[in-house]
Amino acid sequence: MSARDDILGSIRKSLGREALTGDAAAQLRQRLAQPARNLIPDRTAGRDTAGLTTLFVDKAREFACTVDEVDSLDAVPEAVRAYLSRENLPARLVQAPALADGLDWSQTPTLEIKTGTSDGSEDTSVTPVFAAVAETGTLMLTSDVTTPTGLNFLPENHIAVLRRSQIVGPLEDAWARFRAARAKAGTAGPGDSFTMPRTVNLITGPSRTGDIEQKIQMGAHGPRRLHVILVAD
Amino acid sequence: MQSTSRNFKDNAHKALNDATLQRALLNVKSGFQENRARTVAGLPEFERLRDAGRDIKNHVLANLDFYLERFEENVTANGGHVHWCRTPAEAREKILEICKRREAKTVTKGKSMVAEEIGLNDYLEENGVEPIETDLGEYIIQLRHEPPSHIIAPAIHVTREQIAVDFRREHSDLDPNRRLEEPRDFTDEARAKLRDKYFAADVGITGANFLIAETGSTVIVTNEGNGDMTQLLGKAHVVIASLEKIVPTLEDASTILRLLARSATGQEMSVYTSFSTGPRRSEDRDGPEEFHVVLLDNGRSAMLGTEFQDMLRCIRCAACMNHCPVYEAVGGHAYGWVYPGPMGSVLTPSLIGVEEAGHLPNASTFCGRCESVCPMRIPLPKMMRHYRQREFEKGLSPQKARAGLSVWSYVATRPKLYRLATRLASGLLGRLGKVKGRLTTLPLAGGWTSVRDMPAPEGKTFHDLYRDRQAAKGGRE
Repeated sequence: MSARDDILGSIRKSLGREALTGDAAAQLRQRLAQPARNLIPDRTAGRDTAGLTTLFVDKAREFACTVDEVDSLDAVPEAVRAYLSRENLPARLVQAPALADGLDWSQTPTLEIKTGTSDGSEDTSVTPVFAAVAETGTLMLTSDVTTPTGLNFLPENHIAVLRRSQIVGPLEDAWARFRAARAKAGTAGPGDSFTMPRTVNLITGPSRTGDIEQKIQMGAHGPRRLHVILVAD
Repeated sequence: MQSTSRNFKDNAHKALNDATLQRALLNVKSGFQENRARTVAGLPEFERLRDAGRDIKNHVLANLDFYLERFEENVTANGGHVHWCRTPAEAREKILEICKRREAKTVTKGKSMVAEEIGLNDYLEENGVEPIETDLGEYIIQLRHEPPSHIIAPAIHVTREQIAVDFRREHSDLDPNRRLEEPRDFTDEARAKLRDKYFAADVGITGANFLIAETGSTVIVTNEGNGDMTQLLGKAHVVIASLEKIVPTLEDASTILRLLARSATGQEMSVYTSFSTGPRRSEDRDGPEEFHVVLLDNGRSAMLGTEFQDMLRCIRCAACMNHCPVYEAVGGHAYGWVYPGPMGSVLTPSLIGVEEAGHLPNASTFCGRCESVCPMRIPLPKMMRHYRQREFEKGLSPQKARAGLSVWSYVATRPKLYRLATRLASGLLGRLGKVKGRLTTLPLAGGWTSVRDMPAPEGKTFHDLYRDRQAAKGGRE
């Protein structure tokens, strides 16, 4: 007997039943096809966009992010330049291909711009995000040809460009947007009718470790700094 | 991993007399306990979330075969492979087979307790593949050739002075006079040392905090980012996980995530929670070419339907050991196998047998703090009691203890004899200890009185007092 059959057989023997069929299996399939929410904390309830933005910014700062706010996407390159200069960081960066059309770097000629993924040599990356979770100051990033995952981890400094309309309350709201955005053509959305990217990263603050005598250090293996540029839209 | 759980008593003695270890263990209390308390206080729904988390896992365990099959379907649909392994040996062989096929020289590893459980590093090394631990704590103990002493802070037993010695010995290419004092110095040095290893690795191996049935995703929760680089930059990504890590949906994982980091490090969220689904897509610019999930049973399927089933709800947060007076006193290595503390005292005998690990469920004061902080409401003390009972039934407890318990049960099941015996004993001991009010030695209890005194009984037995009080009450009414 294969290991698979053995293990499934052992589980069924311990549970005192055969493989589920009929209604029992149908109910479980339904639970997967229409994922229900469990208890959601009240922390984000009843907040409008402004309220969610305030909570997100507070939480992100609490967890060691820095946040700058700008009026429009046009103002992002100058905000990046100003941040690098303020932090005494080299004036060069690698941007996600997804941002290449939206950001006009001609305003900031002192910056050296590369587009693509990271080979580990860059000091700073600039990426978009898929959504942001106000509940815990968390960014959600998804991998794609235009948003390679390496940018989220390899450079020492990660700058995330976040639009105000991308901020949601609890994590479950971010999943709802994710499912809708990735729905396969001809299906309603939930369950197995959406596509998963290779990687989804939920990121809450810069990389850290407490492994040396439980003293928290930033920049263990991932970015030492996580800077959010929040764009009003 | 070879167990030394049989030697728990000796291990514990050594640990108590190890001054360096005792200094290192002070960090358990100051860090984890206070941080957990603060962050739990910041979430009014925490207790109800514990109920929700428990219910999700109970639902999964009752339908484990169904969800594992859905998980496998979805991994396969996304271009990955699931390998079912009954035993540690099968899991090791499967992983080595993947490494060999990729002609791997080095593999990077994210922190995984299941990898420790199957003794993966030694096996790979014996077969010509070099494993490189990338979590800072795991990296340190790999240099020291030690097992982890804590499930989320593997090097918590090591002081920075000891790490400085290890780093100078192992990083002999660096300036021998460099400064290695502040935690920053160590973190920077390890970061620089490990950077190139990620890119050179042929295979990246991680564990999983969750397996998601709905999507076929594996999830790791980390703070350093090493696990992410391991699964991104290795040419193949191998996930080693045990069966019970399954949850049905992204929403179910989200509920348990609210419990996990708060219970573990006292964070609201760990820095990185990453969902991996299949290998890189054809158009992706980075990511592994292959994706494998090695699913390990190792006795877990047999725990279902027994009084130890609830243990399979465990999410490996370490809150139980962080709040355990025994763990705090002796540290993790004394437990002698992979999983220390209260969760280890239940899981270890379940996985390697009560014959080997019978001491562990006895290493408890039954203070109940473990259960009171367990995010999944696992009744740890109750299960330790079950193991004590099994140990007794199997005739594994010491002869003296068995004889004592036989006498006790003979007397305690005969009320008249019990009252007579306790009245005599309390009267006798009361007279013996009358002068000092305490007894410094007791027959048959030398071990107990060698480190503390017993207060002398002050006259009446509990039964007598109770009877008197009931009588007084009756008189008043």
